[in-house]
Amino acid sequence: MSERLVGDLSRLPSAGFSTHGLWFWAGMAFILIETTGFALAGASYIYLMNGADAWPLDAPPPALGWGTAMTALLLISLAPTMVLSHVARMRDLKATRFWALVVGVLNGLALVIRGFEFTSLNVRWDQDAYGSITWALMLLHTLHLVTDFIDTGLLTVFLFTHQVDTERFSDVDDDAFYWMFVVAAWAPIYLLVYWAPRWLS
Amino acid sequence: MSPVDAAPPATALDPEREARLALTWATPPGLWGWLTTVDPKEIGKRYVATGLVFFVLGGLLALLMRTQLARPESGLISPDRYNQIFSMHGTTMMFLFAVPIMEAMAVYLVPLVVGARTMAFPRLNAFSYWVYLAGGVMIYVAFLLNIAPEAGWTGYTPLSGPEYSPGKRTDIWAQMVTFTEVAALAAAASTATTILKLRAPGMTLARMPLFAWAMLVTAFMIMLAMPAVMLATSFLISDRLVGTHFFNAPEGGDNLLYQHLFWFFGHPEVYIIFLPGLGMVSEITQTFSRRTTFGYPLLVLALLAIGFLAFGLWVHHMFTTGLPHMGNSFYTAASMTIALPSGIQIFCWIATMWDGKPRFQTPLLFVVGFIITFVLGGLSGVMLASVPLDTQVHDTYFVVAHFHYVLIGGAVFPLLGGIFYWFPKVFGRMPNETAGKWSFWLIFLGFHVAFFPMHLLGLWGMPRRVYTYPSEMGWADMNLLSTAGSLVLATGVGVYLLNLAISWRRGRPAGPNPWQAGGLEWATSSPPPPHNFGYTPFVEGRQPLWTSGPHLPLMDGLSLDHREVLLTTVSDAAPDVREGSPGPTLWPLLTGLATTALFVGSIFNEWLIVWLSIPVTLCVVGWFWPKPSHTSKVGAPERTPPGALA
Repeated sequence: MSERLVGDLSRLPSAGFSTHGLWFWAGMAFILIETTGFALAGASYIYLMNGADAWPLDAPPPALGWGTAMTALLLISLAPTMVLSHVARMRDLKATRFWALVVGVLNGLALVIRGFEFTSLNVRWDQDAYGSITWALMLLHTLHLVTDFIDTGLLTVFLFTHQVDTERFSDVDDDAFYWMFVVAAWAPIYLLVYWAPRWLS
Repeated sequence: MSPVDAAPPATALDPEREARLALTWATPPGLWGWLTTVDPKEIGKRYVATGLVFFVLGGLLALLMRTQLARPESGLISPDRYNQIFSMHGTTMMFLFAVPIMEAMAVYLVPLVVGARTMAFPRLNAFSYWVYLAGGVMIYVAFLLNIAPEAGWTGYTPLSGPEYSPGKRTDIWAQMVTFTEVAALAAAASTATTILKLRAPGMTLARMPLFAWAMLVTAFMIMLAMPAVMLATSFLISDRLVGTHFFNAPEGGDNLLYQHLFWFFGHPEVYIIFLPGLGMVSEITQTFSRRTTFGYPLLVLALLAIGFLAFGLWVHHMFTTGLPHMGNSFYTAASMTIALPSGIQIFCWIATMWDGKPRFQTPLLFVVGFIITFVLGGLSGVMLASVPLDTQVHDTYFVVAHFHYVLIGGAVFPLLGGIFYWFPKVFGRMPNETAGKWSFWLIFLGFHVAFFPMHLLGLWGMPRRVYTYPSEMGWADMNLLSTAGSLVLATGVGVYLLNLAISWRRGRPAGPNPWQAGGLEWATSSPPPPHNFGYTPFVEGRQPLWTSGPHLPLMDGLSLDHREVLLTTVSDAAPDVREGSPGPTLWPLLTGLATTALFVGSIFNEWLIVWLSIPVTLCVVGWFWPKPSHTSKVGAPERTPPGALA
């Protein structure tokens, strides 16, 4: 078979942001997988709750303080995260370094608060099915907090230690998007863990 | 001016340029290269080979069961060993053969059929393979040590719970599921992104090969279904190891929750297994009918409809658990509805053959065998969608017959046809046609002799998963016939595999396009070079080699000295970005080993989940440690990166 050349690709950009880069799609794939996981874990919570005579089965509901503090912190963190995404897309290194540090600190703070949350659930995982599914939802979300903390932390370090070009800015932008997903995933879990035992018992 | 407008004059392929590209994309020689390769062709080949090994192992287990059941009150296999054998057979075929081998075919073929140099995430494919291999090795070592699963491939609670399945057998099964699901999800993410973003310019969604469409829908189904079984088995193993109560009824748990989670995965799983087969059937049918597929839009819509509907049927596996009447009616209707897109596809393939000039060579024979067998399996499926009949034959050999008709007919026949079809592309040699036809007839006839009698046995009341039966039941003759059929079937598989093994070394040289097919994978040499294509193909129709005649339009400009892939837009496949692609690396293997240690360790001590997650994290950090960026290698882009803000 003979061929004919009909175009030259050499002048295309060597990197792109968001949907124009491959890593965004890797993130989207994992967000899809994790959303399914969260949704099914939430559905399991509701399924067990619907089959129970009382909910919680035999424990006081989780104390509201730390969970609500977590919700407030996550909502507040959205603003600097959106700014971080914006300055990364502008390829503004100084601003990106600053806002990445801010977001990284907020991520770390979220982990500290999460530690206190576990102490105020008022139930152990091995007490009954209510305790098991409550801990499952919390651990599932905590896994994402830890993942993003490591991701954001390393990216922030790299912003100070390595050459930063479009690919790295794009990574920061994708990481910011992932944090927004982690925040969004918390909303239904917060309602289930902290409010379902109060409203629906 | 768009990149497409800047067309240099046509040139012939340049050997020096080919050599530079091959060097850039080469896998290092020897063991180091074998361990570090990220070439989807290398990984795809070993993935398929490993899948075939598990197919043979699962088949041998089936032969053991058939030998045991050939006569009543046989004492050949003990009840405990029989429990392990049928559990291992199902687990092997579903988790270690069917899904992995379909994804393996995609790993090898998808970059070629969409005209790309590699997959979107080549290291993720390598990681997927290592984790899959580790899971399979782990459960077969356990089998040899007499600690294989014993609660069936479904692992229903409470049978699989801590009270009725003490010991480590079920824990090993549950973690093996985690291994294979992690592997499947990794491969699915890479496959979906490759299809969406690495298609050759001009290959709009409306021109995408049907195999790519089938794999795209399958990849999304994997990402939506697999988390359910991971959740189910994670809940199960935590009930067994750390005292949770998800499925422990006295403490508020619910055994039906397990079934819901399992079948939310398990039913889509059936379609995850046979949708790739439908893609293979479409490619084979059009090539051997020598015309484009009849009803391309209908076939695409049918694939999408099946992918969607597959998630609305899971409860029909639970009719006998006692559902509300509305639930019964809804899931009966949904189960019958999915027969419609399946039927549309069958009519499209028959119309393609009817209007074409079919050559009944081995791949097309497997397609014909698929159509006959799958239609029969579909009919018994519609029967099972009816609650009264399902209640009557639930957990009998009728169900065993049905799902083997659907899975072997719907997936294994197309797979065997597909492997035969693409074998010349992969190895550059033709499989023997006479041996191919022998293998088809032995497999086809052996299959029906083995499995059709099971319909009758089921209707007569023979339950599945029993290690023997009394002679006065009157089931002996049909069981003996079934066993004889299984031996014929096994002989056919043996002939098939022997044919491939001999042809691998001694087959007639194939050339680039031995079947005169129209897909892009046939535009490159057989076997393809490490970089797949010397130039980037430009696609003008659904069958580029048929549409563009002898002059396939090409595009130049990707780097010759750095691994570089072309990203195109999702819908129109317009050239968008040149992005770097990773070279050989040990990190996927190291991460796979660390993941293996974590999963295996978690079976024995829950705290190992915490401690062994540290090496996994370190490996992932090493994997993603910053390297010189692609931009720094090929020079800063002349244009503002797409998506950047001013």
